[in-house]
Amino acid sequence: MFENIKIWWHQGKQYIPDVTNAKLPGIFRGRPVITRSGVDEAALVELCPTGAITRNPVCIDLGKCTFCGECAFRFPEKISFTSDYKLSANVREHLVVKEGDDKGIVVEPSKVRKGVRSLFGQSLKLRQVSAGGDNSCELELNACNNVQFDMSRFGIDFVASPRHADGVVITGPITANMAGPLEICYNAVPDPKIVILVGTDAISGGIFADSPALDRDFLTKYPVDLYVPGNPAHPLTFINGVLDMLKKQ
Amino acid sequence: MKYISISNNQAVSLDSIPELPYEEFLESNVGMLTDSPERHCVNYFGFWTGVYSSGGPVEDQYEENKNRKEYSENVKLICCIADDKTHQIYVSSATVAPEVVYESFTARNHNFEKYEREMHETFGIQYNNHPWLKPVRYSHDRAGKAETIENYPFFGANSHELHEVGVGPIHAGIIEPGHFRFICNGEQIMHLEIQLGYQHRGIEQLFLQKKKLAELTTLAENIAGDTTVGHTIAFVNLWESLCGYRPGRSLHFSRTLALELERIAIHTGDMSAVCADIGYQLGNSVYGRLRTPIINFLQEWGGNRLAKGLIRAGRTNFPFSRKLGARLASILDEFELDFNEMTSKFFKLPSALSRLEKTGVVTYGQVLEIGTVGMAARMSGLNRDIRSSHPFNLFGEGFTHEPVIKHHGDVYARVRLRRDEIHQSIGYIRKMIADIPEFTEVAGVKLNPQRNMFILSLVEGWRGEICHCAITDNEGSLGLYKIKDPSFHNWMALAQAVRNNGISDFPICNKSFNLSYCGHDL
Repeated sequence: MFENIKIWWHQGKQYIPDVTNAKLPGIFRGRPVITRSGVDEAALVELCPTGAITRNPVCIDLGKCTFCGECAFRFPEKISFTSDYKLSANVREHLVVKEGDDKGIVVEPSKVRKGVRSLFGQSLKLRQVSAGGDNSCELELNACNNVQFDMSRFGIDFVASPRHADGVVITGPITANMAGPLEICYNAVPDPKIVILVGTDAISGGIFADSPALDRDFLTKYPVDLYVPGNPAHPLTFINGVLDMLKKQ
Repeated sequence: MKYISISNNQAVSLDSIPELPYEEFLESNVGMLTDSPERHCVNYFGFWTGVYSSGGPVEDQYEENKNRKEYSENVKLICCIADDKTHQIYVSSATVAPEVVYESFTARNHNFEKYEREMHETFGIQYNNHPWLKPVRYSHDRAGKAETIENYPFFGANSHELHEVGVGPIHAGIIEPGHFRFICNGEQIMHLEIQLGYQHRGIEQLFLQKKKLAELTTLAENIAGDTTVGHTIAFVNLWESLCGYRPGRSLHFSRTLALELERIAIHTGDMSAVCADIGYQLGNSVYGRLRTPIINFLQEWGGNRLAKGLIRAGRTNFPFSRKLGARLASILDEFELDFNEMTSKFFKLPSALSRLEKTGVVTYGQVLEIGTVGMAARMSGLNRDIRSSHPFNLFGEGFTHEPVIKHHGDVYARVRLRRDEIHQSIGYIRKMIADIPEFTEVAGVKLNPQRNMFILSLVEGWRGEICHCAITDNEGSLGLYKIKDPSFHNWMALAQAVRNNGISDFPICNKSFNLSYCGHDL
C-alpha cells in the first residue's frame, strides 16, 4: 500500500492543465509559414515527396504534407515550420497555407454541421477505424487518453462498439481490403454521426495516394466533419481540433 | 557453388547469384537449415523475370506487369539463408514456370510456410505437399483475383461440441485491423487462425513507381509507424551500400542511437499495455507515462515524436549535439529511477505474476520450427539477434552486443525480456553519449544506385529482424523491393501461444508480442 502511494507520489503532476496553450518541448514541426522571398520555385516543388507544394502563389497543402521539413532545410528563407500544433480544419481548403499567410488554421464555426455542437458538445464518443494506417496515428490517438493528455476530461472518448459511437475517426489511406469493413462500421453508427480524418494518409492518401491498392470511395460518399493533419497527428492537434469543432473552450 | 555468400549490406551483381535447377535449389536450401538452429531463412521471394530483362522504364514494366496474363513469363526465385555463426548470408536462385507444380520447401521445413504462400498468392505457383496453401495478404497484384478477403478459407471445427469465435477485422481498441478466428472448447482455445491483409497498401509496388530518393525514404518511414527508425535504417543502409557510399561515424551514431531509443519507448509502452490487459491500473499509467519523455526527446531532437524525418540516406538534417546528449542523459536518469521503482513493484506482485507466468507458452521446438525472429525467438531460448549475428551501424564496431535470452516462452518471459532490453539499451545509450562524434557535413554526396545489383539489408528493430532486399535494373532504377517485417514470421508464434489458454487471456498474449499488421500486409 505504502509502496503504491510512493510510486504514485513520485510521478508528480503529469497532466497538461491547459491543452489549448501548452508549449511543446524542443522543436516541433507544426504549421508552416511561407515568406514572399523569391527562390527557385521549381526546385522547391520538385523537392516535396508528396506533392504538397504548389506554385503561383507558393502554397503547402497540410492535407498532403508529411511534415518532413525538407523544404524548410533547403529553403530556410522561404519556408519555416512553427511549433503551432493547431492544424485541424473542417474545410478541406483551409489546410492550404499560402505564402505571406501567418494566420492560424481554425475550425470555421459556420461550417460545423447543424446538431454537432448541440448534440455532442457535452459528450462525444468515437469509434476509431484504421484503414491502412501505419500505427503511428493510432499510437498518438491512444496517447490522447494517457495520463498526460487525458482527453476524457472533456467528455471525449473512444469506444469499442460503433453502436455506442457518435462518429468514426479514420486513419490510413483506406485500403481496398478495408473499404468494406469501414463502411459496415460507419453504417452501424446511429445517426446523426460525424467523420474525422486523422493524419496525412487519411486526408489525401499521403505518400500512398497513387497506390493501386487503395479504395477511397468512402470519402466521396460521406461528409467529413474534421481534418486533423500530421504524420502522425500530434495528440494536441487532435484534441484541439475536436474541442474547436465542439466549441468547448 | 550452390550459393553466393554475402554479408549484411553487401551489394553484389545480380548475375553472380548462382541459378540452380529447382530440385537442387530445394535440397540445398532446406538442407542448410536441417539441424542448424544458427541458420534461418531471412527472405525468400520471386519476381517475373521478363519484367526486368525488357530494359524499358519501370512504369512501362508496371503496365506490362498488370497485363501479364498475355505474357507467359517465368518466375525467378531468390532464397537467402542467414548463418549466425559465420555472419554470412547464402543467396541462391532458381527459375520456375507458374503452370508447373513444384515440391514445396514447407513439407520439409516449416520456416518456408509463409514465403511459399506468398509466392502461391502472387504468381499462382502450385506446390505439392504444402500443408496450408492459403492467401497471405490479398495483395492488389495477386494471381487469383477470384479469391477475395471476404472469402478466406478458414479452418473449421465442424463439431457439435466446439464453437468458433470471430474477432475483427476492426478490434475494440485503437489498433490496426486483422481477423482472428478461434475454435474453442468452452473457454479454452483449441486453435487460432489469424487472417491478415486488410492493411495492404501496395508499398512494394510504390517503391518501384516512385523515383525520387525523398519519396522512397518517406515510404520506408511509413512501412510501420511503430518501427519508423528500424525500417528507415534498413532502407538507408541498403541505399547507401547500393550507391557505394560509406557514411561517416556520426551517421552510424545517430542511427544506432535512434534505434535504441525506439526500442526503449515501444518496450515501455508494451509493458503499459500488458498491465492494462491484466487490469493493473498503476502499472498501466506509470509505464504509459514513462514512454512520453523518450518519444518527446525524439521530438526535441528531430521534431517528430516517432522519429519521422530523422533518418536520411547520406546525410542528416539533425546532427546530434553535445547539448542534446546532456539532455538525454538527464532524461534517462529520471526515467530509470521511476522505471526501476515501478518495475520492482510490478515483478513482486503475486496477482500480476500469476497472470503472466505460464500464460501463452511457445516452446523452443515450436519457435525453431516456425522460424521466429527477434524477441519472439529470444523468449524461448533461440538466440536470434541481428545486432550480434549480422552487425550493422555501430554494432560490432563501437560495441559488441550480447543478446538477452529467456527460456520459458511465456508472457512473463516476454515481459522480462522487455525489461532487460530496456536496461541494456539505456546502457548502450549512456556509453554512446559519453563519446559523441563530431558531425561533419559531407558536401556533394551523390547517391546513384549501381546497375543490375542485388542487396540485402538486415536491422534488429525492437520486434526483431527487419529485412529489406533490392534489385536494380540495367538503368540503376529499382526493379524489385522486398520488405520483410519480423511480424511476417511471428504471427504464427502468437497463434501457437494461445492454444490451450483461456480465450480471456488472448489480449495479454497478443500484447506481449505486439506484432505489426501493416508491416505484414505492406
